[in-house]
Amino acid sequence: MNVGQLIFSTTFLATVIRMTTPILFAGLAGLIASQAGVMNLAVESIMLTSALAGVLISAWTGSAWIGLLGAVLIGIGMGFIIAYTAFTLHADMVLNGVAFNLMMTGGTMFLMYVATGQKGTSTGVPSKVLPTVSIPLLRDIPYVGEVLSGHNVLTYIAMAFTVLMFYFLFKTKLGLRIRMVGENPAAAESVGINSKKIKYLAMCLSGMFAAFGGAYMSMAYMSWFQNNITAGRGFIGMAASALGGNMPLGTLMASLLFGVADAVANTISSLNLPSELVSMLPYVITIIGLVYYSIYLGRKKAPSAKAGKGAKKEEEKTA
Amino acid sequence: MKKFKLDFNLIRTLIAIGIALLLALIIILLTSDEPWAAFGYFIAGPLRNPKRFANVIEAMLPLVFTGLSVSIIARTGVFNLASEGSLFIGGAVAALCGVLLPLPSVISPVVILLIGGLAGMLALLIPTLLRVKWNANEIVSSLMLNYVLYYLGTFLIRTFVRDPDSGYLQSTAFHAEADLPVIIPGTRIHAGAAVALICVVALYLFLFRSRLGYKIRMVGENPKFSFYSGIPYALSIFAAQAVAGFVCGLGGATEMLGMFDCYKWTGLPGYGWDGIIVATLARNNPAWVPLGAFFLAYMRVGADIMTRMTDVQNEVVSIIQGVVIILLVAESFLAGWKKRRTFKEATEGVQLEGGAKA
Amino acid sequence: MKQEMIHRDPDDFPIGEEILRMSGITKVYGNGVLANENVNFSVKKGEIHAIMGENGAGKSTLMKILFGNEQPDRGEICFKGRTQTIESPKKAVELGIGMVYQHFNLAESLTVAENIVVGQEPGRGILFRQKSAYDAVEELARKYAFDIDPKSRVRDLSVGKKQKVEILKILYRNSELIILDEPTAVLTPQETEELFHQLLLLKQNGYTIIFISHKINEVKTICDRMTIIRAGKTRGTYEISELSANDISVLMVGRDVVQKIEKPAAKPGKTVLSARDLRYRNEHGAVMLDGVSFDLRQGEILGVAGVEGSGQRELAEAVSGMLRPEGGAVYLDGREITGKTPGEVRALGFSHIHEDRMTYGVAKNVSITENLIANRCASPELGGKAFFDGKKTSALAQKLVEEYQIVCKTPSVPAGMLSGGNIQKVVVAREMSVEPQVLLANQPTRGIDVGAVEFIHERLIRDSREKGCAVLLISSDLNEVLEMSDSLLVMYKGHISGYFADVSALTEQELGLYMLGLKRQSEQELKEALHEKV
Repeated sequence: MNVGQLIFSTTFLATVIRMTTPILFAGLAGLIASQAGVMNLAVESIMLTSALAGVLISAWTGSAWIGLLGAVLIGIGMGFIIAYTAFTLHADMVLNGVAFNLMMTGGTMFLMYVATGQKGTSTGVPSKVLPTVSIPLLRDIPYVGEVLSGHNVLTYIAMAFTVLMFYFLFKTKLGLRIRMVGENPAAAESVGINSKKIKYLAMCLSGMFAAFGGAYMSMAYMSWFQNNITAGRGFIGMAASALGGNMPLGTLMASLLFGVADAVANTISSLNLPSELVSMLPYVITIIGLVYYSIYLGRKKAPSAKAGKGAKKEEEKTA
Repeated sequence: MKKFKLDFNLIRTLIAIGIALLLALIIILLTSDEPWAAFGYFIAGPLRNPKRFANVIEAMLPLVFTGLSVSIIARTGVFNLASEGSLFIGGAVAALCGVLLPLPSVISPVVILLIGGLAGMLALLIPTLLRVKWNANEIVSSLMLNYVLYYLGTFLIRTFVRDPDSGYLQSTAFHAEADLPVIIPGTRIHAGAAVALICVVALYLFLFRSRLGYKIRMVGENPKFSFYSGIPYALSIFAAQAVAGFVCGLGGATEMLGMFDCYKWTGLPGYGWDGIIVATLARNNPAWVPLGAFFLAYMRVGADIMTRMTDVQNEVVSIIQGVVIILLVAESFLAGWKKRRTFKEATEGVQLEGGAKA
Repeated sequence: MKQEMIHRDPDDFPIGEEILRMSGITKVYGNGVLANENVNFSVKKGEIHAIMGENGAGKSTLMKILFGNEQPDRGEICFKGRTQTIESPKKAVELGIGMVYQHFNLAESLTVAENIVVGQEPGRGILFRQKSAYDAVEELARKYAFDIDPKSRVRDLSVGKKQKVEILKILYRNSELIILDEPTAVLTPQETEELFHQLLLLKQNGYTIIFISHKINEVKTICDRMTIIRAGKTRGTYEISELSANDISVLMVGRDVVQKIEKPAAKPGKTVLSARDLRYRNEHGAVMLDGVSFDLRQGEILGVAGVEGSGQRELAEAVSGMLRPEGGAVYLDGREITGKTPGEVRALGFSHIHEDRMTYGVAKNVSITENLIANRCASPELGGKAFFDGKKTSALAQKLVEEYQIVCKTPSVPAGMLSGGNIQKVVVAREMSVEPQVLLANQPTRGIDVGAVEFIHERLIRDSREKGCAVLLISSDLNEVLEMSDSLLVMYKGHISGYFADVSALTEQELGLYMLGLKRQSEQELKEALHEKV
């Protein structure tokens, strides 16, 4: 089989969707935090923690669904704790996020050993996986059905969340308030909105989305937990939301880009070709996209302030 | 006054460490069948024989480099997280050179270290450039850059120096001339320790005694003040991040030449992130970096010993690290106490306002 | 669903009755500044009531108290016949009081309608109905002749439109008392006219408006009554029709206590700083410098007076290299310095006491010593080419601390721990001790204790007389600017409205007329400010 055939094969496209799902969850987690004006670097560690929680709880209860519920609750709890350290204890958001990530990379391994006596992977734990869904009618369409049907239920939940996110942000009162707080907390406060409360809420939501992504990794993508199972997908999700302009559709597209790159890299390395350059591509694109976005924003911001630019510019940059 | 400030920060750091260790003890008590033995190995293990203590020093070296680098980055106010990738590319380039450059001994490691340092510098300057020139968020761009550098480094190793006989991705052996010699026989402590020490002293002097270091600190402390005072912004930021990147690359290169005889890394080694812990512990002061690095390395070696000897997993260290950092970066942690002390100190022995005229 | 956002006319309180009374308001800030002293003030429903006074007179404090941003130490607020404690802006909004600040509180990327309705969004349950928001805002805008599209993004609007969004925010919340804090400061003349039309329309609809301003002609155009505040006290409330512009000027501008400052006569030398036809518009497009020209000579103190916001800040920044003017040129000792960076300008013998000492003047967390050497980064006296010599920097700091009487335990204390007066002395010490040719002193004594004020004045006079330093003194303190200056420039709306070669002959009444734009010298008279041809 040559590369072209591989790329248009249904298995490849289905792989893209499989790869995209966790990134999309992480992207939504980054998106909702950014919309409230918070940079949540800890998406990675929330995913990791929830991935473990899903495995453990589903093994204990024997139910994948209760496992998912537990994972999500723990994700929300972590979002709340991070919000508490950041907004109530006034920890620097970047360092705070880094600290949580460092803590949970090892912390999950530790907890897994304590809970199960296993190291590295939880293959010996009788954890459950979430079911796949075969969609009637759709599955019968040739080609399309093979690509789109039969994915894990969380994949469809991710798609649904993306649509819901749009409605939440633009069609609910709370969504409007989150956008307001994210852009100008003083303006929100001036009309009596408690911006701290809104930020707490956004962090809890962010934790929830991250938790779904984590659960997907250990209860769908794989059927066990292993060390560093998320492998940086939390950061990639953050990048996806940044590249997507913190909008649901944009984040979806950016996540797909990463999904495609992942799938291509997988395919190529299975053909024993150097896959690094392909894997590198989405990150390079993200950086370029980010720069382009900043230039665009910079132009938009100060069209009339041409004069005084030379000297003032230095100052603005630091703002 | 200065003495008090050090005291306060030291006490605050010690309290944070104390709380975290206490938490670790509680966790160990809850999870272990032999908690006191485990805790004993953890706390005192590295001291029980010289070889283990040497392990602490070995583990500490890369942390010193990234700790120094992050200390300087943090002082500029442009929070570049690319130290991870910068260290990695420094190491990867050093590995390339180690295999490909046939140079005489003594000269070989020096040249390779410099090349590694330059590679790290170039890498770290990318997010800085994007920030200063186009105001692109340096946090996201540097996070992405870490992956780019990882794949780039792996690609270079795979393409040019891969050992075809190995099942894993590793390079063929470095030229023997490129090795950093062991300086304490019986251990693996290598000449990189001397390089690290030189860096600590040099960076301390650079930051607190040199004119450029002064500018860097002022620009990071209050950009408006430095603009008004005539201190060049972009130049200072670039200089600082160039130095930081060089130190990172140097750290990667020393680690590669000192601890390995061929390229063996299987992923990003994580020292860049550790550098953030070290710099936070050291309050971004190069003079304290060795102490912070020692603490972290000691804890890790102690935890490894604990794991080997008892039923407690060494990852408990992560929890301690996380708690310490969160407590240290949480401004409100002990802030009330500081405020009272500060006020007392500030008013002590000083007349009230206008007193000078009276 | 619709009734909750349809606008209710504020008609439950009779027109002409006293809707607001603030009595005996006294406010002392933590740093000991007495901002309001026994202020009495009342507004009738349905009037446009001006509050006039110079910057720093206490208008803003009074309004902050009314809007719940500050709590008075003494005094009482009575709104619609009931005594109220206004503990927060939220409470003020609930009572029906709205405020438009000079700096807008808007989210730029959201639409006009979203900015207006947020917090009280139309819609069922948790849902937000964008369409109803558009309709409500559109209806409100139509009613009061606001020409604004509810669907446009705020960032695409002009400043004038943004201000309208702020006013609509207030109207949407059913406020009946609207406070406008110097609303015309950011507007073009056309926009101002439009605003006035709308304010009159609001008045006809029974709204009460408090209009804070220091522009006499505007107040005379639209206001019914006015209250004048000077130095924290009310100087009476007047019917606008009963006062002439000159009367207002006299009431507004003046010194209560004249504090004489003795100084030897100036012997001006050669010109060291020249500005020619400086022009600058700020980021909103408002003209801040409109052809400013003057010369500053060795050994003289040239004062710049004017109501704040008349372009003094921009003048200071243009001269010091902090902003690049759109037109015109600045010369320092014969060399053109237009467009040079602050560092380059300083290297030519220029020093600058910034008006904002906490943000620009010092780095708060850094030691006094390190604050004192900021303008000496390249000085060969402090060490070698690459390194500072610690002994030399400490010795310098010790010397300056003593010479400038900076009260501190040691110079290694962070500057932010000092009192305001001592922080200012740090700035003054740093800027004056390099013995500059030209010293720009912008508000050098604002908000500091009397002892420090006297000290700084003495130093300024001494350096100008003994060392021939040329001082450009920008100040909104009338006493300072009249007593310290040898000659004086008056700024109004970005241009120079008067030049007085000999300040001792100038009365404060006369000065008031120039500051408030009631008088302006001819081109010929203003040429006097130029001593040299460039």
